[in-house]
Amino acid sequence: MTDLALRPSQPAAAPQPKPRYTVADRAPRRLSDFLLRWETILVILLAAVIIGNTLLSPYFLDLYNLADTTYNFSEKAIIALGMALLILVREIDLSIAAIMALAALAIGSLAAHGVAPPLLILAGLGVGLLCGAVNGLLVTRTGVPSIVITIGTMSLFRGIAQVTLGDQALTTYPDSYLALGQSYFITMPPTPLSFLIFLVLAIVFGVVLHGTAIGRQLFAIGANPVAARFAGIRVDRLRFALFTLSGLLAGLAAVLLTARIGVVRPNIALGWELDVVTMVVLGGVAISGGVGTILGVVLAVFVLGLATFGLSLMNVPGIVINVLLGLLLILSIAAPIVIRRFFGRF
Amino acid sequence: MKRLATYREIILAAIIAVMVIGISIVAPAFGTRDTFVAVLNDTAFLFMMALAQMIVILTRGIDLSVAANLALTGMLTAMVAEHHPDLPIIVFVVLSTVIGLGLGLINGGLVAALQIPPIVVTLGTLAVFRGMIVVIGGGAQVDGANMGANFQLLPKLTVFGLSSIFWIAVLIAVACWLFLTRTRPGRGLYAVGCNPVAARYCGIDLGRQQLIAYAISGAVAGLSGYLWVARYGVAYVEIATGYELTVIAACVIGGVSIGGGVGSVAGTLLGALFIGLIVNALPVMQVSPFWQMAISGAVILLAVIINARAEARPDKLILPRARREAARVGA
Repeated sequence: MTDLALRPSQPAAAPQPKPRYTVADRAPRRLSDFLLRWETILVILLAAVIIGNTLLSPYFLDLYNLADTTYNFSEKAIIALGMALLILVREIDLSIAAIMALAALAIGSLAAHGVAPPLLILAGLGVGLLCGAVNGLLVTRTGVPSIVITIGTMSLFRGIAQVTLGDQALTTYPDSYLALGQSYFITMPPTPLSFLIFLVLAIVFGVVLHGTAIGRQLFAIGANPVAARFAGIRVDRLRFALFTLSGLLAGLAAVLLTARIGVVRPNIALGWELDVVTMVVLGGVAISGGVGTILGVVLAVFVLGLATFGLSLMNVPGIVINVLLGLLLILSIAAPIVIRRFFGRF
Repeated sequence: MKRLATYREIILAAIIAVMVIGISIVAPAFGTRDTFVAVLNDTAFLFMMALAQMIVILTRGIDLSVAANLALTGMLTAMVAEHHPDLPIIVFVVLSTVIGLGLGLINGGLVAALQIPPIVVTLGTLAVFRGMIVVIGGGAQVDGANMGANFQLLPKLTVFGLSSIFWIAVLIAVACWLFLTRTRPGRGLYAVGCNPVAARYCGIDLGRQQLIAYAISGAVAGLSGYLWVARYGVAYVEIATGYELTVIAACVIGGVSIGGGVGSVAGTLLGALFIGLIVNALPVMQVSPFWQMAISGAVILLAVIINARAEARPDKLILPRARREAARVGA
């Protein structure tokens, strides 16, 4: 009897012991996480830029003014999409502006011989593709950091353009080609071709990066290239593809830029590589790889483009705009770090 | 012999020697003492700036703002000279170094304290420094005639026919060599570049080493700014635009690994000399100066591809001599 009383009760009747840990399927969603998300910061920045400019200038919110200002950043923004993927996998391509020079040279010299516009476009794209493939081959075959390789090819590509063109300029283009860059592709709402291409490409890049296996593989390479290789991802093949893509986009940008300005000199697009890297970095793509979204890059493109437009409406000189954009780059990256450090996880 | 041939500096020196002899045969005018003096004087800036850049790259960093720093400091120093033309030379030297140092500390502070990637920080400060020239100076240029005689005196002084700028570069090179091989912070630069985690466990503070590196880079760029403006006799907004990439190219040709932890004073000087030779040899050989960029691009690519195996080697060396001794004993 007492034996029975002392016996522990049946296991089935026992209350379940409280588990010591709960393993959630995903991280808990906190308000601070959402507020400190890069895209949220960029949206706030963009809103500030738009509201500030609207208050300061009556000409800012004009449909045609806005359409015209997209000319000034669309070509860079197209290249920035490719650069975002490269930086995501811990690579960089500093030769894009030089590739543009070479592609523009091909377009300009063919146009001078009276070649038809479709072939001009193909030539620009082809030269860009080829240059990108050269970068990709060099990076994947030698294992040398891409920043070194592309500084080298930057000098080489632009050097070839300089040797070929010297102090000359190529200025004759068929009217139907110039129309690509100098008129609205859609008249209402007024949309230049370059901006339309940027929007379409941004959607394609966003879907591929965030919605397909290839996109996940790029994140894996960026997070840890060695582990990605052991996981069976064809790291070098993807790297090669990205450099080729970057070259192709630079070729596309050269097609649009040449059609817009109608003149090719060896110094065309000089220094664009740093502008494009600024767009990508402000877009929240980590230089150390593995972090970033296309949405962020697109928002950064708009922040930079509209801020530049607003400042130039107020007659601020271009180089002073550069100071402000440089400060914006540093502050926008430093601010979240400082906030996290001083307030911890609130 | 095989061991000897693996030293990158010796290969590079041999290539340069072959180049000098080759150019002198093609264009006899090149093989004179005057030309060599001119090349050394001309490359003096690149010597200094490349050494400072190497120190930054050793820590796995990069300083893209050096040319903008040079231009801003040069402009500020020239503006001081414009208002006080009678100040002694030493004031300009100290002033430019201090201004450059201050700009370098901005980079260093952002990199060290906030651990923002150096390429991002210096990309930002590159735009800010260059633009500040316009904000402060209003976009006007300062002409040599307004700077006063003292300001422009220093680059005109020569010792053994070589300009004082070259001798300053020599002093900086010796100082760099002593610093990198004989001092604790100097060795620390290699340590954090080789393996930041291991360096931390050895009690080497990454942030402090980064701060030192960017401070040196800034100070040298500032001093170069004064010397540049004094030598060419004019300060304007676009001075040395794009020069940062030439400086980095000199480092890369000289065997400095972008991945950090690998690089020597001798190699970097030879890399700079290589670029200086090409720049100066082309006009003598009656080749269009438009070739300069293409050639230096091809050279950079060749140099890094030849050394690709060395670059790809996973273990980097803190103590090359000890390593070589060990290899010899082992063999």
